[in-house]
Amino acid sequence: MSDEPREATMSVWRGTKSGGRFETYTVPSDEGMVVLDVIHRIQALRAPDLAVRWNCKAGKCGSCSAEINGHAALMCMTRMNTFAPGEEITVSPMKTFPIIKDLVTDVSFNYAKAREIPSFTPDPSVKPGEFRMQQVDVNRSQEFRKCIECFLCQNTCHVIRDHEENKKAFSGPRFFVRLAALEMHPLDTNDRLELIRQKAGLGFCNITKCCTEVCPEDIHITDNAIIPLKERIVTEFYDPLAWVKRRIMGETPTRVGKGEPEPPSAKV
Amino acid sequence: MDLMSREGLERHDYDVVVVGAGGAGLRAAIEASAAGAHTALICKSLLGKAHTVMAEGGIAAALGNVWAEDNWRVHFRDTMRGGKLLNNWRMAQLHAQEAPDRVLELEEWGALFDRTKDGLILQRDFGGHRYARLAHVGDRTGLEMIRTLQQHAVHKGIDVYMECTLQRLLTDGGKIAGAFGYWRESGKFVLFGARAVVLATGGVGKAWKVTSNSWEYTGDGIAMALDAGADLIDMEMVQFHPTAMVWPLSVRGILVTEGVRGDGGTLKNSQGKRFMFDYIPEFFRADTADSEREADAWYEDKRNNRRTPDLLPRDEVARAINTEVKAGRGTPHGGVYLDIASRRPADYIKKRLPSMYHQFKELADVDITTTPMEVGPTLHYIMGGVRVDAETAASTVPGLYAAGEVAAGMHGANRLGGNSLSDLLVFGRRAGAAAAAYAGGAVAGTVDDAQVEQAARTMLAPFEAEGGENPYALHAELQECMQDLVGIIRREDELKQAIAKLDELSGRLERVTVEGNRQFNPGWHLALDLHSMFTVAKACARSALMRTESRGGHTREDYPKADPEWGKKNVVTRKHGGTLELGAEPLPQPPEELRQLVLSEEKQPA
Repeated sequence: MSDEPREATMSVWRGTKSGGRFETYTVPSDEGMVVLDVIHRIQALRAPDLAVRWNCKAGKCGSCSAEINGHAALMCMTRMNTFAPGEEITVSPMKTFPIIKDLVTDVSFNYAKAREIPSFTPDPSVKPGEFRMQQVDVNRSQEFRKCIECFLCQNTCHVIRDHEENKKAFSGPRFFVRLAALEMHPLDTNDRLELIRQKAGLGFCNITKCCTEVCPEDIHITDNAIIPLKERIVTEFYDPLAWVKRRIMGETPTRVGKGEPEPPSAKV
Repeated sequence: MDLMSREGLERHDYDVVVVGAGGAGLRAAIEASAAGAHTALICKSLLGKAHTVMAEGGIAAALGNVWAEDNWRVHFRDTMRGGKLLNNWRMAQLHAQEAPDRVLELEEWGALFDRTKDGLILQRDFGGHRYARLAHVGDRTGLEMIRTLQQHAVHKGIDVYMECTLQRLLTDGGKIAGAFGYWRESGKFVLFGARAVVLATGGVGKAWKVTSNSWEYTGDGIAMALDAGADLIDMEMVQFHPTAMVWPLSVRGILVTEGVRGDGGTLKNSQGKRFMFDYIPEFFRADTADSEREADAWYEDKRNNRRTPDLLPRDEVARAINTEVKAGRGTPHGGVYLDIASRRPADYIKKRLPSMYHQFKELADVDITTTPMEVGPTLHYIMGGVRVDAETAASTVPGLYAAGEVAAGMHGANRLGGNSLSDLLVFGRRAGAAAAAYAGGAVAGTVDDAQVEQAARTMLAPFEAEGGENPYALHAELQECMQDLVGIIRREDELKQAIAKLDELSGRLERVTVEGNRQFNPGWHLALDLHSMFTVAKACARSALMRTESRGGHTREDYPKADPEWGKKNVVTRKHGGTLELGAEPLPQPPEELRQLVLSEEKQPA
């Protein structure tokens, strides 16, 4: 550690939606620094108007997402000593979202998708304080609730990264995780399967696991959230035995109604 | 032509404007909206990134799920004693009484806390709490709380304005009429007409060098309230959390949850000694274990053992660490050891403290299941702030409310861990309800164009100034000054030096110059935030000079004892004609029954 170089050289994307370019900065560096420290030092010494989002600098808030040497990561959790000494490191904004300025992108897509998901709805006959849940029954939802909304999974998902036109009908891995957290909540009574199948566009996902690989919270997005949701959809809508049973019994598979989203209200 | 008509000012009108979208702001907005008020929620960052997200250990509430003996009276007593009796007793009472309902309400809104074997909300031990009291989710409780509130709020018809920074409260005849600020993205100004404003803006940690706080913590709400004519109290009372990372330097100050000690970790000096046994103050002696055997037995058996001194209130532990390091018994990087590796199994540590495990592994190459952590104090919280009415969270300015860290009184001279998240919920809800009720009966004030014009000119000045002062450099000097001269241990000469230095630095702030344009310009944002930080730093240093005693988060080397007379007084700060005026005013005293409860000695173990 002590032989870390005393200088860091970083090539940072600077610009706005109308265009930009990489600028290279060399600044003094100290032992133990992370990429975000170097960005802050560039602001303090070289480029005071360099735009970047950050808050906690401890991997808890998910604000400082970027692409570092082309890999989606949190700047606050990427140590400088993971690169070769003297290596010029490239930092660019997340590609999937529109540029605002420099490393800051317009992530309002995610907030719009969040509003389409109906909230947790417990059985109204169970009063506060009467809830009983075993740890083993909340473990799975708790894994999903670790999500810090860094949107790195959204950024990496090829369904929307390279296909702007898919954004309308696809919520993305972050919201599959959110939907799975609700579906697997022991006390939720809402039914969101129709939403998951149609508006959230789960079918677009062909389980390449890119989202799981970039998750800084190590949530097993594909295995634990997406695949179980796909299985539920299959069972509910495409199981041939269930289809025959429904034909005979006269049941309908329609599950809309409770799952309809409420109208958006936020200005983002 | 004036600036505003040239630029074309964006304006929105609301019954209630809530400033800040952490736990208190979200809870206030939910309540105001539920009461029928047309409500806006305004935050400096993206929704869900507020400082609440960083809270780790838990929410203190006397649910009695783990220890049936627990109830609001015990919680109230712990809170008052932790605050060295400088608390607003009525706030402490309401908080202890209402916290359980607020936690259960979170569960009703979808929060998933860790569970007991009976399927109830599990509670963990924390500093200064008699019983295991903190509802939690591993060590990411704040994230659970903010997501729950956020996901509940977005369906309630609240308008959310993200990345929007407010700079001024606007008044009409001394009453709230609105607020004025700018969009971070475009740099354009925005005006909110409001019958009532709820401040939920948090604290001011960024005025210190070593802090657990994020960039947002610049004291905006405290400064805006002061400028609008509100009283501040207890501004000398700041909390240094005893345990933060000390190494590598770039992560110095990042929080290490008290939950490490709550779950069995212990503090040791470089000689391997559990030094907290040497620092048990008289005030807590009857409640605190005096042997390692008793301290370790307490985790499992609270009826027959007293609390480990590792879990004394934060002010006591921070001072003890400071003393050990100064005496040469610190670690190579200037901290002390926090050891849970030798005391609990690796699986237990990873399950209970996942983000601590992750944080040390990723940022310091330390495996906390095999190696002790190096930790030291970090500026964490300000107990002082806007003076409020206990029942309504109303400030001394009609139409202005404050809840959470920006408000004062609840925690007295020192806050207990876990009492912050519960404070946000209890008083966020009360503030939202009271603001909505006030707005329902208030006539909308008239926004004074001159106030807006003057604020806009001040905010744009850094683009035109030619003084060449760099905002980042000025900020670094402010942080050095507060860290060195208004830190854990204070003295008259150093405080006077700090006040002189702050005057000099704020003179230079007039000449601060920013480069670039108004679009998402962090240099400009910092230049504006510095105004709030300087205002609050001055109030803190001057209050610290005035209080000639040691109590809680305020330790004077030249007045090392608590003074019973000062124990009955708040230091009050007001702004009059552009200058700060300080005074000492009587602290409201609790009714006799509650006073006896607080002063009573705990039952000795059988």
